[in-house]
Amino acid sequence: MPPPGMRPPGMRRDGMRPVLIQRILDEGDIGRATTRIAHEIVERNRGSTDLILLGIHTRGVPFADRLAVEIETIGGKGIPTGRIDIGLYRDDLDTRPKTRIGKTEVPEELDGATVVLVDDVLFTGRTIRAALDAIADLGRPSRVQLAVLVDRGHRELPIRPDYVGKNLPTSLDERVTVRFDETDEGEEGVWIERGGDA
Amino acid sequence: MNHFLTTEDLPRDDLESFLDEADEFVDVLSRPIPKVPALRGKTVATMFFEPSTRTKLSFEKAAKALSADTMSFSPSTSSLSKGESLKDTVLTIRAMGADLMVVRHKATGAPWRIAEWLDIPIVNGGDGAHQHPTQALLDSLTLRQHFGSLDGVRIGLVGDIRHSRVARSDIFAFATLGAEVTMVAPRTLLPVESTDWPAAASEDFDDVLQELDAVYLLRVQAERGGASVFPSLQEYVNRYGLTRERFRRLKPDAVVLHPGPMNRGVEIADEVADSDRALVLNQVSNGVAVRMAVLFRLLGGDRDA
Repeated sequence: MPPPGMRPPGMRRDGMRPVLIQRILDEGDIGRATTRIAHEIVERNRGSTDLILLGIHTRGVPFADRLAVEIETIGGKGIPTGRIDIGLYRDDLDTRPKTRIGKTEVPEELDGATVVLVDDVLFTGRTIRAALDAIADLGRPSRVQLAVLVDRGHRELPIRPDYVGKNLPTSLDERVTVRFDETDEGEEGVWIERGGDA
Repeated sequence: MNHFLTTEDLPRDDLESFLDEADEFVDVLSRPIPKVPALRGKTVATMFFEPSTRTKLSFEKAAKALSADTMSFSPSTSSLSKGESLKDTVLTIRAMGADLMVVRHKATGAPWRIAEWLDIPIVNGGDGAHQHPTQALLDSLTLRQHFGSLDGVRIGLVGDIRHSRVARSDIFAFATLGAEVTMVAPRTLLPVESTDWPAAASEDFDDVLQELDAVYLLRVQAERGGASVFPSLQEYVNRYGLTRERFRRLKPDAVVLHPGPMNRGVEIADEVADSDRALVLNQVSNGVAVRMAVLFRLLGGDRDA
């Protein structure tokens, strides 16, 4: 079976086609959302000299890199960008398929910094909960904010995003697929899959 | 059920993925808070039926760094001395809630037997003169960190190959990872079956000395009869010890490894042991990281995947 990133959009893990696939964002939409979020981050953290972007594996990493580029374009100053893997902090290790642990790299001291956590899709909030635990083990930022490309709802924890590219109301039997050029094959974009027995 | 018992049949991909994961745990161990919650609620039992300090402590440290609980067992203070059988002992510890057992035993194959009796993952922490697979992982990781890759690295394993589970585990792992391994030992300290192993053999240390990129010194194992083939320890030192004089004739960038505990002045000279080309302490700290990788692989995530 090909890894998830290699699946054509709409092709489910079991290889069956779902009933309906809809493209929600294309490459241009993602670019505009990225620019807007970058502006919001700069505006909200005006004057803060110690901003750090942390992308969550896998697709939070390229999204964080893109935000950093945009912020640099706006503010004229480089933003340190790191990545974290939350595989060792999950609360559902017993029931998930095993995945490889990715690199955790923090560009500088988190103590006292403003950390913007970056991920592609916000869903139950459990990934963010795990990421907050991971950050607490790495240092003590003065504040942590959350930027996501898509918020699909269905939170199971009291977590909310500070920056959202697209609010996407979904039902629980739908799947949201994000593909970035950096991490995935084929066309970039965000898709929603409905139907089937997902 | 997944176990970790031997390096003999481990494919290169598996070995390398253990080492890649261990690299991440090296990072975890270097953080201000060197602990992750991955195995919270799991219990690791260390069952050392044969004495050990470093391996047992290393497994316990690895388990704790993954937030697992540990139970330990030592034969002298246990009911084994009251005549309880091995099977009853491990069934008892399992019934107390062990989720994984690390087993060291003087009898070859003991971890395999225990794996048949129990329904939890078993890790071989050293069985007789047979296998010690986590040692092979930590040695491979130490060499990989130093050389970048083991491909084409010339490694000489020197000393009592016959009584050494470290040698048996290391030779297979090193060869699988692409190294060229030479066993340096008198014929009496080479096991009969070693002709089938993926390693060359030489009786003369001085002959191969200058070709080696890494010298792996084995401990003279008096307790397993390793000293008896030599009339005296001095004889051993003269032929197979890494003396100051031999150390100077090594390639200038060659490194030295030893599984510990070292017999200074026998297989390794003081000056060598204290040199910055001796990677002995790197081996020890890497031991914790590779054992974290093994415990996480066996206890974290979907076990049957």
